Amino acid sequence: MSGREEADREATEISLLLEGVHQHYGFDFRQYARASLRRRLWRRVYAENLRTISGLQELVLHDRAAMERLLLDMSISVTSMFRDPGFFAAFRQHVVPVLRTYPFLRIWNAGCSTGEETYSLAILLREVGLYDRTRIYATDINESVLVSAAEGIYPVAKMQEYTENYLAAGGTRSFSDYYRAAYGGAQIDRSLRDNVVFAAHNLVSDRSFNEFHVIICRNVMIYFDRALQDRVHELFLESLSPFGVLALGRKETLAHSPHTARFDVVDEHERIYRKRPS
Amino acid sequence: MTPREGEVGLVAIGGSWGGVDASVRVLREIPAPLHVPVLLVLHRSRTSERSLLERVIERDCGHPARELGDKDELTAGTVHIAPPDYHVLVEGGSVSLSVDDPVNHSRPSVDLAFETAAESHVEGLVAVLLSGLGRDGAVGIAAVHARGGLTMAQDPDEAERPDMPLAAIETGCVHEVATLARIGARLGELVGGPPR
Repeated sequence: MSGREEADREATEISLLLEGVHQHYGFDFRQYARASLRRRLWRRVYAENLRTISGLQELVLHDRAAMERLLLDMSISVTSMFRDPGFFAAFRQHVVPVLRTYPFLRIWNAGCSTGEETYSLAILLREVGLYDRTRIYATDINESVLVSAAEGIYPVAKMQEYTENYLAAGGTRSFSDYYRAAYGGAQIDRSLRDNVVFAAHNLVSDRSFNEFHVIICRNVMIYFDRALQDRVHELFLESLSPFGVLALGRKETLAHSPHTARFDVVDEHERIYRKRPS
Repeated sequence: MTPREGEVGLVAIGGSWGGVDASVRVLREIPAPLHVPVLLVLHRSRTSERSLLERVIERDCGHPARELGDKDELTAGTVHIAPPDYHVLVEGGSVSLSVDDPVNHSRPSVDLAFETAAESHVEGLVAVLLSGLGRDGAVGIAAVHARGGLTMAQDPDEAERPDMPLAAIETGCVHEVATLARIGARLGELVGGPPR
């Protein structure tokens, strides 16, 4: 069989698997970017001692536990606290002054994974005196990562890196003030969890659930294809208050989006945007 | 059959330690305009200055250069540079980025870029592996070879760090082992200069 035929057959198998998962479990990965999706599927094929994507289809349709393992593969993204310190510094400089003008703040951290970004944001807000009047809605498609996120326990070995990031991000205290040794790891100060709601939300299929002053969704939509990205941009538009801020990952852009004219650029380099009043 | 002049769809170049200098020395041998997109995947520090490599390539090699963003299209004539701390996955004529775990301790991973390029451009891919420590790129070179692409590696005797080219050569999947000047001249014949 030629390489082309083989590739076509594999594409068919992937489509069938995604269709089955969507119909049976309601998770819609059909518009995920194909190259990384394909790799995650094959990783699961090998981990389950299978040989083909079709084999994986049979397994996950008949075995809910296998589906959950696949779901974890599909949604986990390893991140770190204060990843891209420049972003948090820019947020402090350009976004915080605007947020000070509101009596109460709602922030949506979409695709929060295991919570590192959420707690980074909570620390920043505490240091600028806004945390007590903020509610952070931290959502992810995957309920098991939300359990880890709520626990907020990270490897002690990471604290050195996080401390460096925190300082580069303009942190004004000592990073060690924000965690303590517990449960064999470093647990983030529990009071930083008080104003956070961790909840399941699927960007592909769920609707807007509130109006937010800020939406942070970094390095999540890079796993989506262009059409799905456009739809999520629309969901965020609907979910932002007038002048609401949208923050993307530093290699993501609204420039190709049909909704680009609805936003002003706050910081081009750090990909911070603001919704225009309509 | 490996691609010949006029059949090339994409040139992908990978490297690590010594790779910045090596890639500049290759690219400056290729007369502008490039007839196809060039994808350049180098291991660079997360803090490396954003536009420095772009400026060097534009100034010293005479090709437009741009750091890739998610879903950017690969355009003929331009050297597209993988951003530090992201993987680049080729999807047809554009790329997706990912922040998945490092592969071979590297993000971006040359293997991942070469493999996805091979999957996208079943014909017409040229992959070039330059100086670097470690083994990143060897699996990618084998994937390009398996899909009918043309593979080249820098002569290990000339490389600042021979490990990566050597690992690729050991797979038996490198068509041409050559000096940077020779690789540049070959690429020039294949994809460079005024249209003939």
